[in-house]
Amino acid sequence: MPDFRLSPEHEDLRKTVEAFAHDVVAPVIGDFYEREEFPYDIVRQMGDMGLFGLPFPEEYGGMGGDYFALCLAIEELARVDSSVAITLEAGVSLGAMPIYRFGTEEQKQRWLPELTSGRMLGAFGLTESSSGSDAGDIATTAVRDGDEWVVNGAKVFITNSGTDITGLVTVTARTGTDEAGRPEISAILVPSGTPGFTVAPKYSKVGWNASDTHELFFDDVRVPAENLVGERGRGYAQFLRILDEGRIAIAALAVGLSQGCVDESVAYANSRQAFGKPIGRNQAMSFKIADMEARTHVGRLAYYEAGARLLAGEPFKHQAAIAKLVATEDAVTNAREATQIFGGYGFMNEYPVARFWRDSKVLEVGEGTSEVQRMLIARELGVG
Amino acid sequence: MKIAVCVKQVPDTWAEKKLTDADRTLDRESADGVMNELDEYAVEEALLLTEASGGEVVAVSMGPDKAEETVRKALQMGADSGIHIVDDSLHGSDAIATSLVLSKVLADKGFDLIIFGSESTDARMSVVPAMVAERLGVPQMTFANKVEVAGETLKIQRQTEYGYDEVESSTPAVVSVVEKINEPRYPSFKGIMAAKKKPIETVTVADAGVDAGQVGLAAAWSQVDQFSERPPKAAGVKIEDDGSGGVKIAEYLSEQKFI
Repeated sequence: MPDFRLSPEHEDLRKTVEAFAHDVVAPVIGDFYEREEFPYDIVRQMGDMGLFGLPFPEEYGGMGGDYFALCLAIEELARVDSSVAITLEAGVSLGAMPIYRFGTEEQKQRWLPELTSGRMLGAFGLTESSSGSDAGDIATTAVRDGDEWVVNGAKVFITNSGTDITGLVTVTARTGTDEAGRPEISAILVPSGTPGFTVAPKYSKVGWNASDTHELFFDDVRVPAENLVGERGRGYAQFLRILDEGRIAIAALAVGLSQGCVDESVAYANSRQAFGKPIGRNQAMSFKIADMEARTHVGRLAYYEAGARLLAGEPFKHQAAIAKLVATEDAVTNAREATQIFGGYGFMNEYPVARFWRDSKVLEVGEGTSEVQRMLIARELGVG
Repeated sequence: MKIAVCVKQVPDTWAEKKLTDADRTLDRESADGVMNELDEYAVEEALLLTEASGGEVVAVSMGPDKAEETVRKALQMGADSGIHIVDDSLHGSDAIATSLVLSKVLADKGFDLIIFGSESTDARMSVVPAMVAERLGVPQMTFANKVEVAGETLKIQRQTEYGYDEVESSTPAVVSVVEKINEPRYPSFKGIMAAKKKPIETVTVADAGVDAGQVGLAAAWSQVDQFSERPPKAAGVKIEDDGSGGVKIAEYLSEQKFI
């Protein structure tokens, strides 16, 4: 029989992050969100706890844990706030992981100790204004000129790309055309501050307002030839692998948000009185909460299973796509229901459920839209 | 430097605490057990001291089987080893008995410092550190918000209502810390994994050289005879501000002996 109970070490980690989220993040994050300010001190403490190093070996400053441990940490953070959860998710899964998985030993030695300690954040530049789900169709180019790559183009919606502690962005760029006439895509590491690399002012976003997101411009940006990450021409395959496991992490984030909706709704339904009794005594409210709990549970099982397959070295793409699809769409539903339970207060930004509602939408879009997940699932079934 | 840090498992700070009907002691099943919050500061201070100048930290806890979790938490934070004093006869022990057992276990082990949190969130008496110091015949450097050790000289700032006193003693000594002293770390995953391999020694009352008749509920100098549920929250007092609101609030607070 499969066993979905956590190991004692995973459970201790989960409890530790739960306490951190409750004691350190929850009391202050609403103010950061309101001011659209990046919470440097919280991120520093997350780094001190080793959260940014969870899936990496100790030789690179990591914690010697695994990707599932990272997902548990992301879930517990997202129970309280999605901005810090996505900062961790993107910092590890998109910032450090491409270098760890595909980089040279020199690149790992140079960048990973900073990234795994959370003292530095890395970003991953994939999406462009006319290249999203069709991520292979990018316009950014990198041309070899002597010992350098010259990068030109622009990237949009790049998380962690403009903080004071951002050290690099790994960008996908066309580096030529293969024999079949298809674009050859490679990944190039561009350190922050490289001349010609401009970070646009931060976006005004609907949600994730305490996280850092920018448009990036590359205007004749020159980096050394050795800044190629992985093999030339393998950039597309590499980022697909990164996105596959990233989907489990986003599913975990969505489950955390769903759980946060349950936590808040239970507390409110038991305390708010209407018609002389707590509103939770009305079946209209209690059934809503029961459904929210059921959705959360199912999403959690889905990402646990995908994560277990990843750790076991088994195929996990199909399960990751299902987990991402189900958990994120259920998170949107839970956030809508939670704000409904809160009535007028659910529309007030000072209430966590209002934040959850604003934060939930992007989950159906980021790191592979719901439509892309359906496409992948259908393809696996031999339809579509 | 060899440091013992005494940690206690208490009911979760925010949980509703209950007494059992059977013998009116703490109902440990009614709430999750956590490390007493001030003891986290004690562990942190021990770790900071040994990280700065080398040494060893031993986490010591007296409590039922479940209290091993609290020793383990100290090991996850970075302590090197643990001692868990566990014995059925200890159930219901008061501060006097607790200090007796702790002092017997801690004596003659070569500790330079024995660090406590200044109080527990369940009993809140703050007397065990002083009692242990007295029993061991070493200085009691209590309520420290700063600790410095140079050679065999210990200096603390003792937190007082009006500021702090500077107190100096020799080592070995017993120190209790207040929450101003530091910011306790959260265990890292590496710490959680490492703690699995760290040794925890289990010690019984007999091992400690204490007669079982000196500890436990029967030997306690005071016992709870009866208790009643906390009364439900009463409605607040509403003061309309007709210009004299401030005075009325002050009068109310004074009546309630808050000011």
